Parts: sequence; C-alpha cells; structure tokens
Amino acid sequence: MSDEQSEDVMIGGGSLSGGLGASESPSRPMALTVIEPSRGWVPLRLVELWGYREVLYFLVWRDITIRYRQTVIGMAWAVIQPFMTMVVFSIFFGRLAQIPSDGIPYPLFAFAALVPWTFFANGLTLSANSLVHSGHLITKVYFPRLLVPMGRVLTGLPDLGLSFAVLLGMIWWYGLLQARPALLWLPVFAMLAFVTALGVGLWLSALNVQYRDVQHAVPFLVQVWLFATPIAYPSSLLSGPWRTVFGLNPMVGVVEGFRWALFGTGTAPSHHVAVSALAAVVILVTGAFFFRRVERTFADVV
Amino acid sequence: MPMTDAAVRVHNLGKRYRIGLRRQSGDPMLREALASLGRASFSRIAAVSRRLWSRRPGHEVPGSRGADHIWALRNVSFDVARGQIVGIIGPNGAGKSTLLKILARITEPTEGRAELHGRVGSLLEVGTGFHPELTGRENAYLSGALLGMRKAEIDQKLDEILAFAEIERFADTPVKHYSSGMYVRLAFAVAAHLEPEILIVDEVLAVGDVNFQRKCLNKMEDVRQHGRTILFVSHNMAAVTRLCQRAILVSDGVIQKDGSAAEVAAAYLLSSLRTTAERTWPSTEGAPGNNVVRLRGIRVRDEDGKTVDNLDIRRRVGLEMIYEVLEPGHELSCHLAVSNESGVRLFGTSDVDPQWRSPRPAGRFTSTAWIPGNFLAEGAVLVSVALTTFKPFRFHVSERDVVGFHITDPLEGGSARGQWDGEFGGLVRPLLPWTTAFNSHGPSAPPP
Repeated sequence: MSDEQSEDVMIGGGSLSGGLGASESPSRPMALTVIEPSRGWVPLRLVELWGYREVLYFLVWRDITIRYRQTVIGMAWAVIQPFMTMVVFSIFFGRLAQIPSDGIPYPLFAFAALVPWTFFANGLTLSANSLVHSGHLITKVYFPRLLVPMGRVLTGLPDLGLSFAVLLGMIWWYGLLQARPALLWLPVFAMLAFVTALGVGLWLSALNVQYRDVQHAVPFLVQVWLFATPIAYPSSLLSGPWRTVFGLNPMVGVVEGFRWALFGTGTAPSHHVAVSALAAVVILVTGAFFFRRVERTFADVV
Repeated sequence: MPMTDAAVRVHNLGKRYRIGLRRQSGDPMLREALASLGRASFSRIAAVSRRLWSRRPGHEVPGSRGADHIWALRNVSFDVARGQIVGIIGPNGAGKSTLLKILARITEPTEGRAELHGRVGSLLEVGTGFHPELTGRENAYLSGALLGMRKAEIDQKLDEILAFAEIERFADTPVKHYSSGMYVRLAFAVAAHLEPEILIVDEVLAVGDVNFQRKCLNKMEDVRQHGRTILFVSHNMAAVTRLCQRAILVSDGVIQKDGSAAEVAAAYLLSSLRTTAERTWPSTEGAPGNNVVRLRGIRVRDEDGKTVDNLDIRRRVGLEMIYEVLEPGHELSCHLAVSNESGVRLFGTSDVDPQWRSPRPAGRFTSTAWIPGNFLAEGAVLVSVALTTFKPFRFHVSERDVVGFHITDPLEGGSARGQWDGEFGGLVRPLLPWTTAFNSHGPSAPPP
C-alpha cells in the first residue's frame, strides 16, 4: 500500500511537470505511471489533484462560457432565479401567511437566504449529474475524476457573486446597508455552502453512475431540503432541542450566518455553526472517499 | 525477458467485465424495485449493497458466478522498448480497446500490472473534450489541457497549432460551424503538438482526408524519430505495416501473435479471411474431388521452397498444388484464380503447357504457377483452385479462396512505390519500364 502511494505521487508530479524544454532534458527524473487494480479504500491523491488544477480551471471556464453563450439575457438568469423565488415567497409566506421575519423586511429576509441557497442547490444538482453528463470525457481521457463534480459546483461562483451584488443593492434600497465587521464572515459561510454542496454532490454523482434513479431523486431532495432550511421562515420558530438537531443540516448554519452577518439577527456564530461545519466536513470527506472507491468502475458503467 | 530500457512494461494484465452491468445501471432499476417490494426488493438491495461495498469488484464470489463475467483481456504481457512504434491489431471486440483504455488509465485492470516510464499522452478519439459552442481557439485550449498540456505550453504553441490545422482564419468561429474536415484537422493539430514520451493512439487515423492523414502519419514518424514510444491501435493494416516495426495481434482477449508488423498483419488478415498459406488433405476420401482426381494440398511458397504467408512485393510467389489422379487416361488441366481481400478477381490462370495436354497416368502430381515479383499490389491475396478435364469439359475440383497470402512493401526501393510511402491504389502494382527522351531546350529555344 505504501509503495503504491509513493508511486502515485510521482504521477502527479511527473506527468504535468514536463514543459517543452524540460521534456528534452535527460537529467529530469522519468515520470512513472503504475497501473494496478485498486482494492478497497483508496487514497484521495490530493497532490495529483493539485497537479491537474489547470484542467479544473478549463472545465469551469468551459461550463461558464457555454452556459451564457447562447442566452439572450446571459448572466441575468443567475439573478432572476433566486429573485423570482423571493417574490413568490414574499407574496405567499410574507404577505398571506404573515410569517415572521426577525424584524427585517420579508423580501430582504428571504433573499439573503436564497442567494447562498441557490448557489448550493444548483451546485448540488449540477454535480450530482456531472459524471453522467461527462461520459464522453470519462471514457476517453484520464484526469482525476474528482474534478468533474468539483468543477460543477465552482461553476456557480459567478452567479453567486452577481446575485450577492443584487442583494447588496436591495439592502441599500431598504436603507439598511451598513459596514459591519460581521460581513467578513460571509466568505466563511459561502465556503460552508460550497463544502456541503460538493460533499453531497460527490455522494450523489458517484451513486448516479450506477443508479440513474439518483437523477430523478435529486429535484425532490432539493425541494425537501429547501423547506428543512429556514429560508422562508426564521429558525426562531423552532424551540430548544430541535434547533441542535436542525443544526446538523449545514445549510441552516449558512442561512443563519448570512442573515446574522448582513442584519445582525439571531446570534453570532456559536456551537450551532460549529455543528453545521462539522456535519459539512464529514459529508465532504466521506463523499470523497466513497467517490474514489467506486471511481474505478465509472468508465465501464457510465 | 525483461528489457533494460523499456518504456512500457505490461505484466499479466487482465480485465473482467460483469455481463449486464450496463443494463442494470439504467432507469428500470427504480421501477423494478418498486414493483417487487418485499423479499425480491430486499434481495435486490442486498445485491446492490454487496456490489457497492465488496472489497474487490469482480472477485466477491469466486467461481460460483463465473457465467456473469467475461474476461475482455487476460494474461497480456509485453514490453515495449523506448522509441519503438507498436501496432495493436485484431478483430472488433477482441480486447484492443480495453487494453488501450487500461494503459490510458481510463479504466482499471482487474489483475496484473503495467508500468509506463515517461510522460504519457493518449488519443482515444478525435477532438477530446471539444465543445461545439466553443471557438477553434477555445477548443484548442480545452482539448490541449485535457490531453495533458499546460496552459503556458498551449499559449506558446497556439499559432503553430492553428497553422498546422490550416484554420487560422476561423480560429474565432465556434467549431459547430466548421466542416467535418476542419474539425478533424484542428483536433489532430492539438494532438500532434502534444509532446509525450509515450503516445497511445486509437484508430484515429481512420478519419480525415488522405492528405491530412499523410501529414499526421509524418508527424507520428517525427515523434518516433525523437525517441518517443507509440502504441497504435488500428484496423488499417497498410498504416500499421508502414509505420510500425512491430505488431501485437490481440484476439479473444489474449495476445495471439507478437512480432514484426508485416508478419503479424499477414497472419491477422489471413485469419480474418479464414484462410492460411497452406492446406493439405491427409486422406484421399476427405480430399476435394471425385474418383477421377482429388486435390491433396495447395500452398503458397517462395523461391526457396518455404511455405510463406507474408511476401515481399519484389519477390516471385509460387502457388503449388498437389493432386492425385485416381483414374488414368484423362486430359487434365489446372486452373487458379487470384482475388484481393475485397473479393475483386485480379486474374485467372491455367496450365497451358503442351507437355501435359495428353492423357495422364494415375499417380501424384505437383503443379506450380509463378506470379512475378512487382506485380501484385500490397494487401491480402486469396487463391481459388480448379481441376478440369476436357472432352467432355468437366469440373472435378473447385475450391474457392482455399489459400491466401499477404504482400508487403518494405520500402527499400526496387518496387513501384519509388520514394512514395503514402496511399497507392490500384489492383496490381507492376514496376514498368519507363523511357523519357529529351526533345528540345525550354520554350525559348529556337526551332531547329
């Protein structure tokens, strides 16, 4: 096992290190690729993953470029999706159902949650289907397969940035915009949303290759998850012990964190967020190992 | 025998597939599971979890489930020396592509080990990663990155790539507007500018126009001269014999033959045409013919009398038939018909030697027809044979495509190819005497 690992590291270093001049140089150590059947749990090979960062960059760049190339209003779609959901929520939950919103205008309350949620939900959906949709690449060229779902989640980053800008505009419009040190926490919560989306995406994309049922279950999962997260309603509606159980859903930490950082509602990040973060990391790490374990059959099945 | 400077070492490589794997992954699963709630779905779930968690895929229940599996590849071992070009040939479904996919790290072997010493580039399709919405320039970056080039390297070679593909003017047009020729040229141009130490290529030369194929073959030859190693899967026997020194014939998942490209290609062509260079019938009863005459053997021989299935285009080919006359007193004639691998009849020939235009005694005869060198074209040749009597005219033996052989041109000169090593059509390839006379000095010369 250990010697296999050390050889694997050489692949990552060697196969991408040779430039034009370097490949002619006889003194350069020869890259060695060892191909053997893998057994059981396999290492994640993060060094190799780093070596392929340019491939990740090009995959993300390709997806973003293609997504907007043939649309008329292009990037505006990134904003329309959460914005319209916010309008619907404001009418039905805010106006008709009179759901409390922690003392801030309901549209702001909903949109502040929908911005990270949309990033999460799209990232999850895209990554869950990523391997199945990349069959033409997976069966024709080698690169670390982890890059496929990872790239799909990253593809949502420009959308996240754009809808966040619209969110800031709305806050300004309501006259609530103020420089708060808590805003510095926002990237942390965005990161938490990314880790959760990728973690679940890794599990689902790997399962999806073998069982296409997954792709039918994903929209349902996203919908249930939407209502299991305090987006349309404040988590203050839930009492005591339920809140801790609730905290196992990492998106609770993300949504609460966004509202806290932007409006100062709720409490500062505490053990609730720590539980969310821990849950997200567990999903990511187990997802990555599960992915690597079943990866060996991808090209044969997809 | 281990090689000291091997670029590729493959040892006992094997790949087992589960039959029906593909079907089970499709949509029906959920429906089936829902339709058969209870015991059936429980066993289904048990099967699913067993498959997901089994320690070794394909090895979970040794022996008892052998029928569910097929070995696409088994016990494959070979070494490739640095700088060698090896052609991998064989019928469809024989395991060539599986072998290539394992070496390109697309799929894992079930057993065995392979080592690749050097930077590996693999081309398993034309235009890896190409997207129709992206422009030529953008696709060059994307495809280059996926094939293993670094961005800085692509930056540096981009102009050269676009020029090689002859699409400079369309560099910023989405490739969906390209003609198929432009698309293929760009795809190749990217691939051709990879600088791997080991190149793994699948059948990609089967597409594209002839001139561009030429350019690609030359580029590959270039690559070889830089000491790089190429593994090349192809159905194009002419390309394999021209480009590779060595070929490996894979059939039914095992290596059937490993040797010089010309020999292995000949063996493959003949086996795919279900013929060999020699046929014999040990007993009189089983031999083709009747109570007048029976054919006992026929073979392809060279001038030294050796049975050969692979012949140099410049050498004479002897077609030798052995037959047994059982009933004396008939005036017999031997006939041969020669066709190429497409079934086109090239010519027929009969023994017209007046010495044997007379009644023959009973006994064994050997007749040989000699086809001159520099006459047949490269490729497989099939021979049919007939034995007839006159007065009355009657067929006693008539066997179609009974033996075959393969003609190759080693490109050493002395053949009709001259310096040309590209496509060379034609059913026959005679080396003709040419004469050229000098008539006058250029157009400005005064009339005599």
